[in-house]
Amino acid sequence: MINAGDTAWVLISSALVMLMTPGLAFFYGGMVRKKNILSILMQCFIILCVLSVQWVLYGYSLSFAPSEGFWGGLKWFGLNGVGMEPYADYAGTIPHQAFMAFQMMFAIITPALILGAFAERMKFSAFIAFIIIWVTFVYDPVCHWVWGSGGWLRRLGALDFAGGTVVHVNAGIAALATALFIGKRKNMKKSVPAPHNMPFVVLGTGLLWFGWFGFNAGSALAANSIAVNAFVVTNTAAAAAGLSWAVIEWMRNGKPTIFGVASGAVAGLVAITPAAGYVSVIPAIIIGLLVSVFCFTAVSIIKPKFGYDDSLDAFGVHCVGGIWGALATGLFASKAVNPAGADGLFFGNPGQFLVQLLVVAVTLIYSLALSVMIYKLVDMIIGVRVNEKDEVIGLDLTQHHERAYTVLE
Amino acid sequence: MIIAIIQPYKLEEVKEELYKADINLITVNEVLGHGRQMGVTEVYRGAKENGNLLRKVRLEIAVNDNFVEPTIKAIVKGAKTGQTGDGKIFILDLKECVRIRTEERGGIAIG
Repeated sequence: MINAGDTAWVLISSALVMLMTPGLAFFYGGMVRKKNILSILMQCFIILCVLSVQWVLYGYSLSFAPSEGFWGGLKWFGLNGVGMEPYADYAGTIPHQAFMAFQMMFAIITPALILGAFAERMKFSAFIAFIIIWVTFVYDPVCHWVWGSGGWLRRLGALDFAGGTVVHVNAGIAALATALFIGKRKNMKKSVPAPHNMPFVVLGTGLLWFGWFGFNAGSALAANSIAVNAFVVTNTAAAAAGLSWAVIEWMRNGKPTIFGVASGAVAGLVAITPAAGYVSVIPAIIIGLLVSVFCFTAVSIIKPKFGYDDSLDAFGVHCVGGIWGALATGLFASKAVNPAGADGLFFGNPGQFLVQLLVVAVTLIYSLALSVMIYKLVDMIIGVRVNEKDEVIGLDLTQHHERAYTVLE
Repeated sequence: MIIAIIQPYKLEEVKEELYKADINLITVNEVLGHGRQMGVTEVYRGAKENGNLLRKVRLEIAVNDNFVEPTIKAIVKGAKTGQTGDGKIFILDLKECVRIRTEERGGIAIG
């Protein structure tokens, strides 16, 4: 039975999540040097274009067509059989296509997260090839395992409300793989280049935070109390994490920065994503406060120590934050919040924590292995990295023949 | 008076070489230009602009005579890659220099 309120909320949520990809474009775009900002905006927007088509053609079918196998197969190719009747196993009160559209926006933003790792040095053609293959062979199957009808991790009882593992751990570990193989940016010996436009970073953070209400509260797939819970804990965790990052900086570096608050807020949003529909507000504060500790350690201590160039910290924020969120779900989940969920370790069910651990491990291993293989394949056929001269001039001029800012006039 | 046009990404290395040579009074500008390296084509909605200008960094360094050669050496050391586009150094006579704070003139004001 189609419910008008639920359908309206899911449509609005889909639009909110769509806006996160342009939001991410500005979040990342502000962090790069001014010769490369258009390449970031372009990569985000071309993902929006390419994957919207991929999804309705075969991506949705691979991810969500019912199957107990590796993925959903091509039963729903071209949205064949995906109509206006609700598909009860996913969402019983909205047209099936509304669910499809909502999930499409997830499939778009996930690969966009990865590009933070290889920003400022990847060839545009190689980028497109990498993304299409990655979504087809990594995102679509993992999505099926965790969320799809018959997916094996779902059958084990894994809890991932809005994509902590499917989206953030998955993209974050792929980011690390690509950062390691593409190598450092040139001329990084002396110092890491400063972000060229901090207001863009903050603008992007604002758009992400706003869109995340659709991402998390929309994942209730209905305008109900679970959605309200997700909305409240999402905001709470983001706030706690932004605050926590600022405090860490204040203690360690003497001054809090807006870049720190923005990074913390995003880390908090990442961490609450898998938990949003299963935890209450006090655990949300704990999840938020702690995620900044983990992510700050990853980006400010571990990254410099090991020397990999995850340019915009796609691994440090999304993978680390996603792992913490997925595990925290296994600690703090409560049936009092969501009877359809499960109790976590702190509510007397240690088994749930082990299931969460398994999902994280499976995602990490599978995504890491496949990402490396896909990277190598694309590198063999097209060559992933731009040549040194193009990197020095910048990707905007060499990959797109455009520049973002004129110097005169 | 020394004016140098260099690659923007070489600025850090040039600055470091200058500090090593004890030269630390410099002015830096962002400029556009092209020499042999030529610019890069730009296309906006199909409209092509050929041979456009590339970003460069321009240094202005006022030094006393005995610092001219060390300054040149430091800039070359920091900015040279051997590729076209490395830039140029111009050496000019400086007629006069006044330090505003003290109104001192000449060599003292420069150094």
